[in-house]
Amino acid sequence: MLGFLKEPVVVTAEINVNLVALSVMGLISRLWGLCYPRAVVFDEVYYGQFVSLYMKRIFFVDDSGPPFGHMLLALGGYLGGFDGNFLWNRIGAEYSMNVPVWSLRLLPALAGALCVPLAYQILVELHFSHCAALGAALLILLENSLITQSRFMLLESILIFFILLAVLSYLKFYNLQKHSAFSGSWWFWLLLTGVACSCAVGVKYMGLFTYMLLLATAGLHFWHMIGDQNLSNISLLCHFLARGLALIIIPMGLYLSFFYVHLALLYRSGPHDQIMTSAFQASLEGGLARITQGQPLEVAYGSQITLRNVLGKPVQCWLHSHTNTYPIRYENGRGSSHQQQVTCYPFKDVNNWWIVKDPGMQQLVVSNPPRPVRHGHIVQLVHGITTRYLNTHDVAAPLSPHSQEVSCYIDYNISMPAQNLWRVEIVNRESDTDVWKTILSEVRFVHVNTSAVLKLSGASLPEWGYRQLEVVGEKLSKGYHQSMVWNVEEHRYGKSQEQKEREVELHSPTQMDISKNLSFMAKFTELQWKILTLKNEDTEHKYSSSALDWITMDTNIAYWLHPTSGAQIHLLGNVATWASANAAALVYLCLSLWYLLRRRRKIYDIPEDAWQLWTSAGGVCAGGWAVNYLPFFLMEKTLFLYHYLPAVTFQILLIPVVLQHLGDHLCRSVLLKSMLSALTVAWLSSVYFVYCTFSPLSYGQPALSPTELRALRWKDTWNILIRKQ
Amino acid sequence: MGSYYINRTFFFDVHPPLGKMLIGLAGYLSGYDGTFPFQKPGDRYEQHNYIGMRGFCAFLGSCLVPFAYLTVLELSKSLPAALLTAFILIFDTGCITLSQYILLDPILMFFLMGAVLSMVKCNSCADRPFSASWWFWLSLTGVSLAGAMGVKFVGLFVVLLVGLNTIYDLWDLLGNLSLSLVMFGKHLLARVLCLIVLPLALYTAMFAVHFAVLNRSGPGDGFFSSAFQSQLIGNNLHNVSIPEHLAYGSVVTMKNLRMAGGYLHSHWHLYPEGIGARQQQVTAYLHKDLNNLWVIKKHDSDTADLSDPSSPVEFVRHGDIIRLEHKETSRNLHSHQHEAPLTRKHFQVTGYGINGTGDSNDFWRIEVVGRKTGKLIKVLRSQVRLTHVATGCILGSSGKTLPKWGWEQVEVTCTPYSKETPNSLWNFEDHINPKLPNISLDVLKPSFAEILLESHMVMIRGNSGLKPKDNEVTSKPWHWPINYQGLRFSGVNETDYRVYLLGNPVIWWLNLVTIGLYLLITVCTAVALKRGVQLTSELKELSRVVLRAGGQITLGWLLHYLPFFMMGRVLYFHHYFPAMLFSSMLTGITWDALLKFCAVFLSPSTTARKIYGGGFLALVLLILYRKCSYLCEPGFTEVRRQEGWQG
Repeated sequence: MLGFLKEPVVVTAEINVNLVALSVMGLISRLWGLCYPRAVVFDEVYYGQFVSLYMKRIFFVDDSGPPFGHMLLALGGYLGGFDGNFLWNRIGAEYSMNVPVWSLRLLPALAGALCVPLAYQILVELHFSHCAALGAALLILLENSLITQSRFMLLESILIFFILLAVLSYLKFYNLQKHSAFSGSWWFWLLLTGVACSCAVGVKYMGLFTYMLLLATAGLHFWHMIGDQNLSNISLLCHFLARGLALIIIPMGLYLSFFYVHLALLYRSGPHDQIMTSAFQASLEGGLARITQGQPLEVAYGSQITLRNVLGKPVQCWLHSHTNTYPIRYENGRGSSHQQQVTCYPFKDVNNWWIVKDPGMQQLVVSNPPRPVRHGHIVQLVHGITTRYLNTHDVAAPLSPHSQEVSCYIDYNISMPAQNLWRVEIVNRESDTDVWKTILSEVRFVHVNTSAVLKLSGASLPEWGYRQLEVVGEKLSKGYHQSMVWNVEEHRYGKSQEQKEREVELHSPTQMDISKNLSFMAKFTELQWKILTLKNEDTEHKYSSSALDWITMDTNIAYWLHPTSGAQIHLLGNVATWASANAAALVYLCLSLWYLLRRRRKIYDIPEDAWQLWTSAGGVCAGGWAVNYLPFFLMEKTLFLYHYLPAVTFQILLIPVVLQHLGDHLCRSVLLKSMLSALTVAWLSSVYFVYCTFSPLSYGQPALSPTELRALRWKDTWNILIRKQ
Repeated sequence: MGSYYINRTFFFDVHPPLGKMLIGLAGYLSGYDGTFPFQKPGDRYEQHNYIGMRGFCAFLGSCLVPFAYLTVLELSKSLPAALLTAFILIFDTGCITLSQYILLDPILMFFLMGAVLSMVKCNSCADRPFSASWWFWLSLTGVSLAGAMGVKFVGLFVVLLVGLNTIYDLWDLLGNLSLSLVMFGKHLLARVLCLIVLPLALYTAMFAVHFAVLNRSGPGDGFFSSAFQSQLIGNNLHNVSIPEHLAYGSVVTMKNLRMAGGYLHSHWHLYPEGIGARQQQVTAYLHKDLNNLWVIKKHDSDTADLSDPSSPVEFVRHGDIIRLEHKETSRNLHSHQHEAPLTRKHFQVTGYGINGTGDSNDFWRIEVVGRKTGKLIKVLRSQVRLTHVATGCILGSSGKTLPKWGWEQVEVTCTPYSKETPNSLWNFEDHINPKLPNISLDVLKPSFAEILLESHMVMIRGNSGLKPKDNEVTSKPWHWPINYQGLRFSGVNETDYRVYLLGNPVIWWLNLVTIGLYLLITVCTAVALKRGVQLTSELKELSRVVLRAGGQITLGWLLHYLPFFMMGRVLYFHHYFPAMLFSSMLTGITWDALLKFCAVFLSPSTTARKIYGGGFLALVLLILYRKCSYLCEPGFTEVRRQEGWQG
């Protein structure tokens, strides 16, 4: 029982002083003067508003990426006791006293600082010397662009941290594979790979590139294992399942959980409500839910409803009519029916109310018990205020002459009969007898006489139509498009037959709460879809750049300028590092090609294990650079220099790899070797020199004079702000 | 399109010219006179002789079947597989429809299959390199590649396929240590010659013919630069002579360098209330008009002394500060810090001042791209940037169309972002100055290489410019293999005859299933081989076919399908047909291999029966659907089996 007492309790601690020192230096370089400047810097203006919304628990949609990164930033604000009361409207605005600048910026800075020891470890795990690893860590440490990016409330440093963590844990896992498969640490690193990958993807979709790279690497390694005849089929299967679990299932689960937390945190309605469907809006507290709470679920004959177009583009709008009629002749000379206009109106209005009427009966109230409208039923839609019937006929619509005009019918007693019967088709029905439900059902209105479909054309009418949106009857109506689909948003059972009373009619009593009906998966799918498809209008930005500019760093981004002095912060890389990283990539590429061709002819220049080292390091570093960089050439969105930072981090890791390889295998004589070391030292000091030169622009202090600033403009294309005297 | 060749008028299209030239040739030989307008689908041909052109396309389309047959036969060495593929292609309604009309696709697919066939043939000649048949097939591959590229840019994918195959081939040869490096060099050279040099030469020759045939001005002029237009007979820039260098007092028109950029234009109308300052509109206008004329003035001196004939001519130089006066209205080109009507981040450009007297916001610095200060500015050839002196912004055209009040002309703004885009570059096109000697524009004749480059740039931009409009129901790449939605070729209203492009659903679903099946078989075979399972020689041969031949075909399918997912332009159903060819060949190979695998366990006679049984099944179902491919009768709705096929 007490056997453990027989032996002394011994704790042996192994401390890698290199790692500790690097971490401390990283922390110093990233955390020093973190609160300066106490003003909104660059994209903080963008992320800050989301942090505020998190603090206030208000729902938002950000099309730039998944919510995990925003949540991490918000965590900083939460720990710092931020109440969310700050108006994020202008870069350079001073923070008020309630904003905990330090804790908001702490997390990105910590992530940035930890990248330094991670870089060291990655090179060690790739079986390179500690010297090379130290070099890599120093290069990351002295990289101005990484410093600038991690010192503010931005997401790139967090992304890079998770990417490096994923790579490191995969390498650790792979190195453990040979000796101790299925051991505790093996599992730990395998699972950590998956977790880090999903965190990276959760911060920004860019993380997907690295995730794919790691998946491909894992696949390749597993392919080699398949060829290993010593492994039994069963153990292969176990390996396969373990990898599938850790690298695919767990990341997906985690990704879902980010959204779960996101939706759980944000339960209040807010500025982005309108993008979502009515069902989603109704699930948020306040906003639409306040109106829809307690409204009847099933639309019945006599129901008073507002109809919202599902498309939501160019703006969300409701089917609307008003007493004005279409002009007899349009500007281009075509004629109209001169009947009452029907439009789509982007604001809530009493004229948006319509009454569902049974064509066979006169009454406009709900009978008792209510008779629900089902899929395929034929109804008439009566405009609530003017009591006219929704109608369409073979007259060209005002702006879309190929479609039919939709109007509210006025009987001019001419040979133009009313055609006001519409068939209700529920698009998302489960069976053909489905009841038309408030908010949940998406319906099409098919005109009985002409089989045209009620559609929002998206064009806005001229002055006579008050610039409201045109609604038409689309004749070629096959296929599904959201502009033809409508849903009931507000709904109550009509009670009063009298016109006057109807206008003041109130909500009917609660029958059921719709918000409970929307499951997490439904919400998640909708939100995810909106994030992926929502596109901001292409904005031109002063500091946007093309992917080709990044390699040579022909562009910079001004992050902040002191209101009075010349102090300023720029995103600018360390020129020496970037140039040598490019050189390293080029050397790596040429040498690899050379070796590959020679090996094909069975000429082995370097020993086999050195070749293994060379390819695995290249796969991680050059591969990481390529997957994080090349896809940007295919993208059409506005690009900035900071998109290149993950790629450049990998490229920097390639420098010591190439240098050590040159020293070990290509410099045969001692003289050459010492020359290489001397050159390396000289080059490292030049990197340090460049770092020092540009650190005023990275940290924003001390303030520089215009002459000093002009001297720092090493490239003509850099846009350094010089205040006119 | 063929009409243009016969009439020799210049036109613009987003595809390279070979396909249209061939159609034109076929039409010419069959006596078509090039007068039919080809305006919209559904127009009747009346008395025009179109059979020749249709027959030509149909002939090329029917060549696909033997090509596919031979390819599969060569790859799998199995008659049933080849027959199955041929059956599928013969009875696929989509392929029939596509090759019946005057379209580019049958020509493209002809060359594409030709390239694949000759590549495969060449591979099988690999054991006797440099023999006559080897050379024949290799150079035929090159010729077909040039043909495929010359019809549509989609042909680039097959170039990629052949390229990858060649690299793989060379890699194999390099690993063969019995081959000396000299021999390897010969192999390399032969391939470079036949697969790179030959196609490029043919491709260039094709364009040479294109430009030589089309030497008259036509509807495509406006897409091209001024220098290009000067080559066309009938264009107003053809053979005109104008002064070469820009001088003060000259009357000029300025053309924006973005594609279909328009001329700098102004008119008496003012910007409406609430949109910037209420001053005279300045727009870009695509047509030639008197309101496009501007007078170049010095910024500091008035107009009087310039009109004096005795005063010496003073040339405008790079870096000068000038004032542009609108000739008709005598207002100056002006900009200020009001937001532009559509592009809110840019500044508004207006016409300002009375009789040329304005303020300092009328001053513009004229700069030629890539030139030093003090140089003269050439008409037509210099690319000019106009920088507003007071605000530092650059005159540009945003490409957005103004609303009614701006007569739907194109917006002109002053952009504060100093990005080098064609939007902010202009050239001078017309130039009138009585004091200067006129020179003939032939001096400016662009070289063939320049013409070639320009027409490619215009084609590429035109291709990416085909963006889907808002609210338009477009075809998505994932719709294609599942035959989700067809494409209507012709047919006016509900009762008319119509032609509808739709694949034979049995065949298409079979193809789709086969791709999944093939992947499964490949993974199983590859894993089995990697695990070192001992196989009989027959099975080894079979797995070689599955991996190597099937791999080649699958690669072809992927290359012709996946890139469409990344394209931003408008996509149509017929874009899938090249991929569908590969998919059909894969079906033949896979089912053949699968049944042979089974045959190891079963007796051989049942295998054969199964294959023919499968072929029969497709045949039977065809009968129901073939109605649709020729001309759909009004009773066609019965055939609507899947929601989304539009009647």
